[in-house]
Amino acid sequence: MPHYQVDRRSLLVFSAAACAAPLASAAAQFTGAGVIWQANQAAYPTAVDLSAHYLFFTPAEAAFVEAACARLIPSDATGPGALQAGVPLFLDRQMAGDYGKGSRWYMQGPWPKGLPTQSYQSRYPPAELYRVAIGEIDRAAGASFAGLSSADQDAFLKRLEAGTVQLATVDAKAFFALLLQNVMEGFFSDPLYGGNRGMSGWRMIGFPGARYDYRPYLLRYGQPFPLPPTAIAGRAEWTRGGRP
Amino acid sequence: MTQTLPSVEVLVIGFGWTGAIIAQELAEAGLEVLALERGQWRDTPTDFATTFAQDELRYYWRHDLFERLNHDSLTFRNNASQTALPMRRLGSFLPGSSVGGGGVHWNGQVWRFLPSDFVARSHNLARYGKAYVPDDMTIQDWGVIYDELEPHYDKFEYLCGVSGKAGNLKGVIQPGGDPFEGPRAREYPNPPLDMPYAPTLFAKAAAGLGRHPFPHPAANASRAYTNPLGVQLGQCTYCGFCEKFGCGNYSKASAQTTILPVLMRKKNFTLRTESEVLRIEKAADGRSVTGVTYVDAQGQEVVQPAELVILTAFPLQNVRLMLVSGIGAPYDPATGKGVVGKNYTYQMMSSVNVFFEDKLLNPFMGAGALGMMLNDFNGDNFDHSGLGFIGGGYVGLMQTGARPIETHPTPEGTPAWGSEWKKAIARDYLKTATISTHGAVMARRGSYLDLDPTYKDVLGRPLLRMTFDFSDNEHRMSDYLTDRAAEIARAMGPREIKLNRRKGPYDITPYQTTHNTGGAIMGTDPASSAVNTYLQSWDAPNLFVIGGSAFPQNPGYNPMGTVGALAYRTAEAIKTRYLKATRQPLAPA
Repeated sequence: MPHYQVDRRSLLVFSAAACAAPLASAAAQFTGAGVIWQANQAAYPTAVDLSAHYLFFTPAEAAFVEAACARLIPSDATGPGALQAGVPLFLDRQMAGDYGKGSRWYMQGPWPKGLPTQSYQSRYPPAELYRVAIGEIDRAAGASFAGLSSADQDAFLKRLEAGTVQLATVDAKAFFALLLQNVMEGFFSDPLYGGNRGMSGWRMIGFPGARYDYRPYLLRYGQPFPLPPTAIAGRAEWTRGGRP
Repeated sequence: MTQTLPSVEVLVIGFGWTGAIIAQELAEAGLEVLALERGQWRDTPTDFATTFAQDELRYYWRHDLFERLNHDSLTFRNNASQTALPMRRLGSFLPGSSVGGGGVHWNGQVWRFLPSDFVARSHNLARYGKAYVPDDMTIQDWGVIYDELEPHYDKFEYLCGVSGKAGNLKGVIQPGGDPFEGPRAREYPNPPLDMPYAPTLFAKAAAGLGRHPFPHPAANASRAYTNPLGVQLGQCTYCGFCEKFGCGNYSKASAQTTILPVLMRKKNFTLRTESEVLRIEKAADGRSVTGVTYVDAQGQEVVQPAELVILTAFPLQNVRLMLVSGIGAPYDPATGKGVVGKNYTYQMMSSVNVFFEDKLLNPFMGAGALGMMLNDFNGDNFDHSGLGFIGGGYVGLMQTGARPIETHPTPEGTPAWGSEWKKAIARDYLKTATISTHGAVMARRGSYLDLDPTYKDVLGRPLLRMTFDFSDNEHRMSDYLTDRAAEIARAMGPREIKLNRRKGPYDITPYQTTHNTGGAIMGTDPASSAVNTYLQSWDAPNLFVIGGSAFPQNPGYNPMGTVGALAYRTAEAIKTRYLKATRQPLAPA
């Protein structure tokens, strides 16, 4: 590189100095050290506490959430529903945590009304949206949603889904879409997060869970997969305390 | 107070797939290379180990590996008459963040574009005329042809250990491969993956209709593999957590599994994480760049001078950094003049669900690029006369792992919740497969990127503003592909099928694809391109801008094979030519 003008030696000195004394900027800097692996640094997931009561939902909100779960994925001849699978607790833990706060979302204003193609434009992160929406739904339902008959609850949910209920401030359709998505998440996510208890959602459809190696089974065309489902924390019979 | 650090020879901005490729190539050549990455260090055993990698909620729905919009987002509108609003949560596309970038959570679909894709404008004009390439369809030839890229495609495929079957070896069509592909110098480094049941049903039906199915070329290793850098990949176990997830098994090619174990040991390579480049600094005369100003984890501004700057962020970030740095003339859709932000394109997806009465398909077993595909309706592999569109896409049946929150298809007319829904998914989950189509998007005069006048990121910079919609050409193309997919679906002997056409304007809500391209496009004329065919800035010859941002329009394939090939071509040109005459253009204006 005859025309290159940087002094190679000064750069090496710089790199060495940077390793010895951290830069004022204190950014993580790595030179020639190989991949940066340290024992016990794995970002394991954290299991939610199943024993505690609701952390986020008030009793009135919990009544709505439990009633809605029981209609969106009812317990019936096909199998246990969202209530039995622990989805209300899953939703509570999600709303109490980072997701509920919208901590990864862009939440700066201004907030004009968006077009449908522009996606979520509410100023509320999920937890606040649940709080405001549930209050407005109970008012729109006349008394409380939880107090309606199952048939009336279904009819009301259909109107929310279609956006034909006028709520005071919340976009009914947007809230319903988020609620249904979150209920599906609770029903089918790993039991670590509080829902899908006993892996009931997975058992219902035949998903074998957090498995690592399907090589022996891939070419067995048309044959049922022979093993029961397992979760990230294993199976109840493997673990003290009976989770998941 | 701003701190100014000593100058480095090569500064790489963004340490994902292309950043790792270029850093490895230039460090191997003996240059002092510094990479700045705004995210954090990330690796297999710590961030997505096999003991907890199969977590659909965490990785996909809670976006663990993706860009954080609270830090930086973009605004979107379908056309210039609307007010762009921020993307408040991720949906349509999922850019990566941190070391490895989107290469951590991609599927590993490694394609080469067709020879005719590289001459899209001249080829289609010559064959179909102005009616098919109207004035507002601003497609361009690439300025590079397939044969020039072939050795670089080869290099990327061997880096990744791609599993596949060649269809065209030095011009001789090979049975079992893709007969439409351009000629390749040699076979793939690894044989195709084992094929699960559903793709074999698709292939049989497609062949019966006269189509040409073949196994998807996959950067998911079909066997243990040691790449030319000496880095080892393990055999894929078909765990079904590939796209949107990191591979815990060292089977999916990524910067982590193919390059970093070698590159990170080099004494002349430094990686600085949590260092976000605010802007690229220009020389006083504006005809070169002098380095960057970045913000470290403590929020301090740092000036990092450099002799050579290589921008390798996600395409949308490449364009934004050029715009906020004032490099190149911003594109103006009213006049068609200017180049930075021009020809933003995307891709157009559709699918057909195939519900079987009695066939147990076990769709939860899978890999990111596992399936049987056909290119009979891609690019100009078929006569478009009378069809009213140009371009096309692949059609295929892929089995990527039916994670249950995302994947529980139901037949036409099934409600989205309640007992009827439950009954349907319990009946159909194990017996449903989905044929997908993956269509090209032609550039349009009114689809572009610029800076938003209202919304800012956490560092106070304007967000990028995306103005984009599908045009009639794309809708006709996608409907045509969907109809071809439905023909095959019906021939598979299903109980019923469901067509999921792509209707209406582009909507940023549902996930579609992370193939956002254009905005800093390559070409042979500075009046119509931002970079030359070596991805060197026309305005500042010591700046290279690598990535899908260079695509003049978006063909009907996944982009990474071509992005990798372009990165290797740039690296070769820097090593063999640029260093002999630094700061000189590698191509005449």
